[in-house]
Amino acid sequence: MNLDEYRREARAWLAENAREDDPKAFMARLHDAGYSGITWPEQWGGQGLTQAEERAFAAEARHHNLPTYVFSIGLGMCGPTILDRGSDEQRARFLRPLLRGEHVWCQLFSEPGAGSDVASLQTKAERDGDGWVVNGQKVWTSVAQHADWGLLLARTDVDVPKHKGLTMFAVDMHHPGVTVKPLKDMTGHARFNEIFFDDVNIPDADRIGEVNDGWGVAVTTLLHERLSISAGVGMSGQRDNPVSFEALRDRLDTADPYVRDQLVELHIRSRALSLFNQRLSQETRAGVFPGARGSAAKLLLAELTMFQADLATSLAGPDAVTDDGLSQAIALAPALALGGGTNEIMRNIVGDRVLGLPPEPRVDKTVPFKDLKVGTQS
Amino acid sequence: MKLVLSQEQQDLRAAVRSFLAAASPLAQVRRDMESPDGYSREVYARLSGELGLTGLIVPEEYGGAGAGHAELAVVLEETGAALLPGPFLATTFAAIALSRAGEKELLPGIADGSLVATYAADPGHVPNGMEAGLILLDSGDELRAVPAEEAAREPLEPLDLTRRQARVTAPPGRLVTDDPATLAAIRDLQAVALAAEQLGVIRAALEAIVAYAKVRVAFGRYIGSYQGVKHKLADMHGKLEQAESIVRYAAWAGDESPADLPEAAALAQAYVGRACFEVARDHLLLHGGIGFTWEHDAHLYYKRAKADEVLLGPPRRHRTRLAELLEL
Repeated sequence: MNLDEYRREARAWLAENAREDDPKAFMARLHDAGYSGITWPEQWGGQGLTQAEERAFAAEARHHNLPTYVFSIGLGMCGPTILDRGSDEQRARFLRPLLRGEHVWCQLFSEPGAGSDVASLQTKAERDGDGWVVNGQKVWTSVAQHADWGLLLARTDVDVPKHKGLTMFAVDMHHPGVTVKPLKDMTGHARFNEIFFDDVNIPDADRIGEVNDGWGVAVTTLLHERLSISAGVGMSGQRDNPVSFEALRDRLDTADPYVRDQLVELHIRSRALSLFNQRLSQETRAGVFPGARGSAAKLLLAELTMFQADLATSLAGPDAVTDDGLSQAIALAPALALGGGTNEIMRNIVGDRVLGLPPEPRVDKTVPFKDLKVGTQS
Repeated sequence: MKLVLSQEQQDLRAAVRSFLAAASPLAQVRRDMESPDGYSREVYARLSGELGLTGLIVPEEYGGAGAGHAELAVVLEETGAALLPGPFLATTFAAIALSRAGEKELLPGIADGSLVATYAADPGHVPNGMEAGLILLDSGDELRAVPAEEAAREPLEPLDLTRRQARVTAPPGRLVTDDPATLAAIRDLQAVALAAEQLGVIRAALEAIVAYAKVRVAFGRYIGSYQGVKHKLADMHGKLEQAESIVRYAAWAGDESPADLPEAAALAQAYVGRACFEVARDHLLLHGGIGFTWEHDAHLYYKRAKADEVLLGPPRRHRTRLAELLEL
């Protein structure tokens, strides 16, 4: 089936099936229809197709408000990481339940002292017989309040440089030592959480990748994160977006030449990015993996999102700060420029890995972690 | 929609790129732009003869290769990246117009390279008007062909020395077409062709400054390691990626999807034209003082980018057209 046919079929299925539903039940139906795990191998419950189909489906899904948000971290980041770096036993145990909505996953990397510089994290996992025991704190964790499993990056060796003493685990979020506290963000909603680990046991069978190779695993996750954000995997729909081009055209006085030109600017930027994303999918289909170029797409999406909310609110005038939709849009606008790596980090990645520019001199590559300054120092 | 190059298109790109790297490197561009002709007749002859590029989109029955606008975009990206001086784009504009209008007599000369032609909507600014043997004048309602020897021509002193201009006073000449749909399609396809050249300028300017940022040292470090430089280069890369995506889309629309062409063409000029100037400007600035000198090549990209941005009229025209197409 060619991509256009695939897209038409997806459009028809969505028109028939996209509706308010229990998220877990909806995921099971999505999986039955073949739209969950589109790029994942059939052996592990996926469809064995390419990112082109995944992006095509995501583009169609954007016209609907699918109840899939709670699974977006698992589908976009945790699952692909287990696919790339997990053992066959772990793939068999974790992937199908994830695709069918039986397990919600969250990602546990960032800490209060480790954001952009996530490799400086301090949550530790110590050997305890055959397993591990974890203590520490994570933050900015989306969907943790619903999560059954977490993908956890923890420090397992402080005597080596920071990137070399990390290990990746799958952690059971129902363990009694895990405390999830909602963290209210600037929109007034608790979109993410703080997580506290207090003597949480993890069997060694739930370690993902080698001991002290967690950074290598995390890089895989982060690559998937940027690609999945730019591809719009599991993102909420545009249908009711109060700052969409269509909504603004209806709302604003387009006889005003300034308004017209600003809407043209929004159209130009949206089309430019959408065509870039489509080209990335076509390249992927042709066997060229976008890699760090996904960070350019993620950066452009973050900038477009802020431009769009800013434009909508400034053109709307005083209503913008009292209308619930517009207020929420401008309050939410910074989220994409921070989550999944800040714009500054994205620019570093594009500069270093796409353009091959010289790295910044670093003081943290050779120093043992225990001798390194991390977090906020006074 | 097709946004990636086929193997044949990649081969075409490699052939044109290696030809231009050998026949018209920047040192040669500088010599040619300051020569009396303003370009190398030899390079132009080989481009049309050996490579058959002036006839690329000319239908086969008129001596051309009958290729599509996607292939043309691949070629123009390379001539743009090389800052090729002379009337290749002007002749291509004419080839687009004559092919669309189904004009049989003049196309074989363009295809075999014997006829240099140009196209202008503004007789006050005719690209390569002095070099052309045939001038196509677009009055808005009709397109007329005038043999150059029947026109009074006066060379201008343009900012961009790699593409000269002339002021032309011409007799009415011969009607080529007055069909509004044909004229609109011609202008759209020219906008796409120009965007392909601009994409090449973006790519080459970015490559030049990235290469310099990897070797130039300041305060004991390569300048490309400073975030102040690196982040600008990353933003320029984002413009390159989006510009390429738009050019591929617009060229595809030119070949395969006439209904999408008007929006794609206006988008191409509105986005790529601006991005090209911004990237050329920032590439010049990041070179530091050396970029402001005559002997450095940075100003050649900068000037070509500005000349290209206004080649089809004031850039606001493309935005106005988009507004109309979006029914704003």
